[in-house]
Amino acid sequence: MLNTSNILPGQRARLVQIGGERSFRRRLMELGFLPGTSVRCVRRVGVGGLVEFEVRGGHISLRASEAVALVFESDR
Amino acid sequence: MNPPPAAAPAVGARIPVVAVAGNPNTGKTTLFNRLTGSDQKVANYPGVTVERHTGRMRLPCGREVSVLDVPGTYSLSARSREEEIAIHSIAGIDGEVPPDLVVLVVDATQLSRNLYMALQVLELEVPLLVALNMTDMLEARGESIDVEALARGLGAPVVAISALKGRGIDDLVSAIERTLAAPDRARPGARWVPDSAELRADLDHVAASIPVEWTRGSQARARALAAWALLSIDEHDELRGVPDALRRTALARRAQTTAQGRHVDAEIIRGRYAWIDARIESFVRSSARARSATERADAILMNPWLGFPIFLAVMGVVFMALFSWADPAMGVIEGVFDGLSGLVRGAMGPSIVRDFITDALIAGVGSVVVFLPQILLLFLFIGILEDTGYMARVACLMDRVMRTMGLNGRAFVPMLSGYACAVPAIMATRTMERQRDRTLTMMVVPLMTCSARLPVYTLMIGALFPATLVMGFAPTQALLLVAMYLFSTLMALAAAAVLSRTMLKARSVPLIMEMPPYRRPHWASVVRLMFQKARAFLSEAGKVILVCTVALWALLSFPKDSGVETRRAELATEVAALDEAAATPERDAQLERLGAAQSELDGQALRSSYAGRLGHAIEPTIEPLGFDWKIGIGLIGAFAAREVFVSTMGVVYGLGDADETTVTLRDRIRAEQRANGSPVYTPLVGLSLMVFFALACQCMSTLAAVRRETRTWRWPIFLFVYMTALAWVASFVVYQGGRLIGFT
Repeated sequence: MLNTSNILPGQRARLVQIGGERSFRRRLMELGFLPGTSVRCVRRVGVGGLVEFEVRGGHISLRASEAVALVFESDR
Repeated sequence: MNPPPAAAPAVGARIPVVAVAGNPNTGKTTLFNRLTGSDQKVANYPGVTVERHTGRMRLPCGREVSVLDVPGTYSLSARSREEEIAIHSIAGIDGEVPPDLVVLVVDATQLSRNLYMALQVLELEVPLLVALNMTDMLEARGESIDVEALARGLGAPVVAISALKGRGIDDLVSAIERTLAAPDRARPGARWVPDSAELRADLDHVAASIPVEWTRGSQARARALAAWALLSIDEHDELRGVPDALRRTALARRAQTTAQGRHVDAEIIRGRYAWIDARIESFVRSSARARSATERADAILMNPWLGFPIFLAVMGVVFMALFSWADPAMGVIEGVFDGLSGLVRGAMGPSIVRDFITDALIAGVGSVVVFLPQILLLFLFIGILEDTGYMARVACLMDRVMRTMGLNGRAFVPMLSGYACAVPAIMATRTMERQRDRTLTMMVVPLMTCSARLPVYTLMIGALFPATLVMGFAPTQALLLVAMYLFSTLMALAAAAVLSRTMLKARSVPLIMEMPPYRRPHWASVVRLMFQKARAFLSEAGKVILVCTVALWALLSFPKDSGVETRRAELATEVAALDEAAATPERDAQLERLGAAQSELDGQALRSSYAGRLGHAIEPTIEPLGFDWKIGIGLIGAFAAREVFVSTMGVVYGLGDADETTVTLRDRIRAEQRANGSPVYTPLVGLSLMVFFALACQCMSTLAAVRRETRTWRWPIFLFVYMTALAWVASFVVYQGGRLIGFT
């Protein structure tokens, strides 16, 4: 299983589930992070810092420590 | 697409409201500026410190329209006060006037995500006009949007524009006119209807509890607001103005669906995206590889090895600009105002009116205008950083550090600017989205060692500390200065850490930050931002600063002692007479004596002024810090600006004009004695005084800037009280602690 702490830059993955606080989950879904959607990890900034994702053509950065409840499965 | 122009509006009709809304980074504010020009008003939304920007525009038919700049939001569910206000403004609920038209600015390069919000507006049956922005960027990457198909698909008019370049604005204005005249053309548009009977039943159930003022009799609107309520209301939503009945119904229904193993949030959001995905192909022509230029740039700018050094270099340039490049311009401004004072002094005989004009009015206006170079420069850089998209990367890179202080990475640029001057730094907090983050940053930025503290430090260090070397190589005086910088930085960090856990405690909101693609800065809008900020500072903070300068002048100049005034007039006549005489050594010596006598009189006048009495009055409170009443006068004078402390002390000691490098002032400070013959200034007193200046809010301009940004007196008063208390306690600890361990 992939999550925000072990997904690699450049890796494309399918979002399986989002956890965490409801308003956080809801906003992520509104930005296109719906379970089943294909997302790409663009880069990681610093150790334990931010992770940038591409979803629906937009680029969104999340704190790895706060987005622990995002679970992905490898797309290929 | 182009029906004949609408009939003229009814005479006396109320002014229609057009709300400009959209996702963040869509060019919403640029469009707002384009539509309203300079005719803008800024006020607060009732009850909250979120700014409400409104403006007026005139339609081609001559009709006037009020335009509202709605805070940027990704959807109509709220994660912050700003977003909540956006929702209320668009939906026209909870006391907000429903807009006659929503102009939704849509980023063409991120169509599906932007259409998500368009769908929500359409569901609410609010007349919608889509301003399709950034089509040029879309074309640059080989795609285009079929505007007609999009308009048909949404059932709402769509106009392609470029807010930056001003393209399509006239078309948009005509479309606004047409749509206002015939709102039904933009309503009811397409809307998403849930496929699932279960979800439809949920919406109908909650819709029954939506207050009728909100639904305005429409069942469709009731269902849309029911979807909003199901998505937004929960045990910790912090939403205001939700009727209890609605809250109970929404909570109960959601609990029920959760018990059935359903996820209503995902069902609604997925439903809307499914609606969009089913149509998006007919809206967008061709698809090419996107964002390649941005990805290439980020490969360097966000590179694990290169990213940080590049960031440091960029920030170094910003800091140097504020710290030293602004200096020549500030010197020129000071020179001009000094010259002006000189002219007035030459033209008028000595009188209280002349003093008022030169020392209060001209000096006051000068002390406002002198901030302009730094403000203009800082906003030049902020404009470029924001426009290019690099600001989001700065926020990313600094997020880790700023998080420990309860702030996010966007607070970095204001914090850095604080080392030059708190005033532009406080204005720069506007780049942060949340009001709470802005306030927290404003509360700690004034602790940073700004350049106005340097003259005070230089005077104290130069006068009281030996120019020796520590451990044979490190100059004591320089080390002390570095220590003062470190001290202020640590205190600012500590204050942020404490305030973010107490006064400004906020539920931590997980960060979701969009990384916009890199763009070329649009110079016209950068310049516009610079001058907008400068004008706002002059007209709002400037007034407060001017009033404070006049009040301080009065404090330092009254009451007039008739004996002193008579003697002063006599001296002036003698000096004038001698000035005419031929230069001889005797004349020069006499002039010098007269000058010294004048300075002594000035000192006498100041010591017996209200400020002098105030100095005596506050002496008991500052004595435990090692300060006497004369230093007290300096502290009062320094409220105009910290560096004024130096010149005030010069006058107090009867030395006339002095700056921090004046030898006589340094000598005088070393020689100044208490009644018992012990020196007033010891190194310990100097240290205590520097600590006091590091922490005290000795700056009316800072308070005026905070007042302007928060639009309340509460925060400037809090800032003043907490910084002064902190300064007092710290100086007390330094002075009394120092005495305990044997220093004097």
